[in-house]
Amino acid sequence: MFRIIAKDVLSQGAGTRIIRIRVSAPAVALKAQAGEFVLVMVTGKGERIPLTIADRDVQEGSITLVFQEAGFSTRLLGQLAEGETLYALTGPLGQATHVPANGKIVLVGGGVGIAELYPVARAFREKNNRVMAVLGARTKDLLVLVDDMRRVAHDFHIVTDDGSCGRQGVVTDVLREILLSDPSFPVYTVGPLPMMKAVAQVARQAGAPAVVSLNSLMVDGTGMCGGCRVTVGGQIRFVCVDGPEFDAHQIDWEELAKRNKVYKEKEAHICRLDSL
Amino acid sequence: MKKWPVKMNERSPEDRAGDFKEVVAGYTPEEALLEASRCLQCRDARCVAGCPVGINIRDFIGAIVRKDFAQACAIIWEKNNFPSICGRVCPAENQCRKACVLTKKGAAFASLEAININFLERFAGDRALSSRPSRVSVSDEDLSRFRVAVVGSGPAGLCCAGELARRGVRVVVFEGLHKPGGVLRYGIPSFRLPQDVVDREISALEDLGVVFRLNTLVGKTLTIEDLFRDGFSSVFLGLGAGTPSFLGIPGESLGNVYSANEFLTRVNLMGAHLFPEYHTPVNVGRRIVVIGGGNTAMDAARVALRLQRGNGISVDVTVLYRRTMEEMPARRLEIEHARQEGVRFEFLTSPTRFLGGTDGSLQSLECLRCRLGEPDARGRRRPQEIPGSVFVLDFDQAIVAIGLTANQVLVRATPGLEVNSNLDITVDPHTMRTSLQGVYAGGDVVGGEGTVIEAMGMAKKAAGSILKCLESLP
Repeated sequence: MFRIIAKDVLSQGAGTRIIRIRVSAPAVALKAQAGEFVLVMVTGKGERIPLTIADRDVQEGSITLVFQEAGFSTRLLGQLAEGETLYALTGPLGQATHVPANGKIVLVGGGVGIAELYPVARAFREKNNRVMAVLGARTKDLLVLVDDMRRVAHDFHIVTDDGSCGRQGVVTDVLREILLSDPSFPVYTVGPLPMMKAVAQVARQAGAPAVVSLNSLMVDGTGMCGGCRVTVGGQIRFVCVDGPEFDAHQIDWEELAKRNKVYKEKEAHICRLDSL
Repeated sequence: MKKWPVKMNERSPEDRAGDFKEVVAGYTPEEALLEASRCLQCRDARCVAGCPVGINIRDFIGAIVRKDFAQACAIIWEKNNFPSICGRVCPAENQCRKACVLTKKGAAFASLEAININFLERFAGDRALSSRPSRVSVSDEDLSRFRVAVVGSGPAGLCCAGELARRGVRVVVFEGLHKPGGVLRYGIPSFRLPQDVVDREISALEDLGVVFRLNTLVGKTLTIEDLFRDGFSSVFLGLGAGTPSFLGIPGESLGNVYSANEFLTRVNLMGAHLFPEYHTPVNVGRRIVVIGGGNTAMDAARVALRLQRGNGISVDVTVLYRRTMEEMPARRLEIEHARQEGVRFEFLTSPTRFLGGTDGSLQSLECLRCRLGEPDARGRRRPQEIPGSVFVLDFDQAIVAIGLTANQVLVRATPGLEVNSNLDITVDPHTMRTSLQGVYAGGDVVGGEGTVIEAMGMAKKAAGSILKCLESLP
């Protein structure tokens, strides 16, 4: 169980790697839907970390996970080779993406968030929606799954901070233009928190609805601990069971940003110790 | 001559608060004999009625007096599969010991003189764990052609699995987490219930043929419909009360405000007290407040102070409770242990606002003073906030331990599974059957937050109904 069937590095060079693994998890593969995630423990002493299900293969009984080596546990995961196994994997968790039919959507993704956008893009496409994608990253090396996204989306924009690929700028530059011509375009966004916050702001200014897929710190992932709680419209919601998708206009971004930094010191400490 | 109760040996507060090893040592055989010999062996043994599962307390104590320890355990097993667990965590002072004839009439809790039934139960259970006899009871009918799915591996699930497996039923227990045991694993700290006690009970079930499927969250990984399609004849739901309640006051999502469930899970299940050897972190404040008055609050407070000790921080843990010590639902033993270890108590205090600094972390707690008003439905006097009595206490970490509600993951995924206004699963109290054919439930998922033994009582009843149903099938 939970054997790594295949592994490839999607991006490296920008000081961090984005890695894709295909993991044997037949029961999860059978049920997985766009927007859902799994909780993974790399070793028996590991943390439980949430990772979005980027793809699944029911026949093979596998799911695909894409992660950036950002913290201790993702770097540890990045060290596993093909043929090795994860200690634990539970899922699929969370609420699947709500995908209406015969509509339109603009998907805005940043960095490793593009991998999380991919299954959502396909789900919208399958239901006959007009799919527009705006993908951004700091630099070209951090852009992943561009070809996959290009195939799924009707319209496709790439933006990099340094202009090394596509247009120079940030995703909100493009989004603003799209919403200027059609303010009724619903927005879906996933990526780094500051980006999602900026996307939400642009959408709100344009009067467009926006859904955000949140990444929170989790422990059990099943609604048991409340560690992933976020304030949405003044109410406490749990990202693991009520989310991960919420109305972007209702999120208390400031609080969320601070909650995500609660273990910064501990994280730095363990990374130093293991020189990961 | 009056015989005094035999005190259980406890590690000194100074010593035990420095680690997570068990606080209370078990009786030696000599001590157990001495304590058991105090039992009056009442003809009309009221203690039995005080036990939620009706253990024949008089007879098992009698067996200890005769030094027939195996028989003592066998008598307990007739009603309770897990004496080593219940002997450690049962609130005996509200149950069997309170009913004991040696308790003073009208006392709120068991008197000191009452027989230490729980300690004797633990003794019998621990003896049997170290020399386990065959636990398969003679069954009237071979039920091995049936498979039953048990959802959740906490007290209710384990109990139900045991009851069924002892009759030959092939049981598969589904657990969402990576380790079995439920609240016995993530909730109750090892200084109260050592992990190896839970391990041994679980491996005893495995010896009976029970299979544990971990990392499988029924409601997400599988549905109840899937289970029936896979050939299970019945399903038992022992999901526990899974979702933490919050106070609903401003600032509750500040950094370093935890639910007790999160705080305890990080430590008990994930090993955060051994960080960085274990990778899950937990923050440890210099001034920690635990809000609530139940066993979970006591557990959280005692874990908190052990973490402070382990991190070289001088112990500063305060339990905040809206009522007074007397109304606290926690076991008296836990309150006493917490006190001895250095936990402070701030009674008649109601938190109104968490206040944070610019970094978004907790800095202080605004409170109101309370006085006790009229008794509520459960007979506990209700706290009333005194207007204008605002005061602020400095804390840099808070743990909210005010209770749990039923986890809705499975319910949301199961059309037709009825719940009541508290969102607990509705059951027929006689059979523990839910609104769905072949699906039974027990434990906290049907009744809020009970005790381990109450959960087991319900699970036992459900197992009885399941067996009856299976026996009637071809």
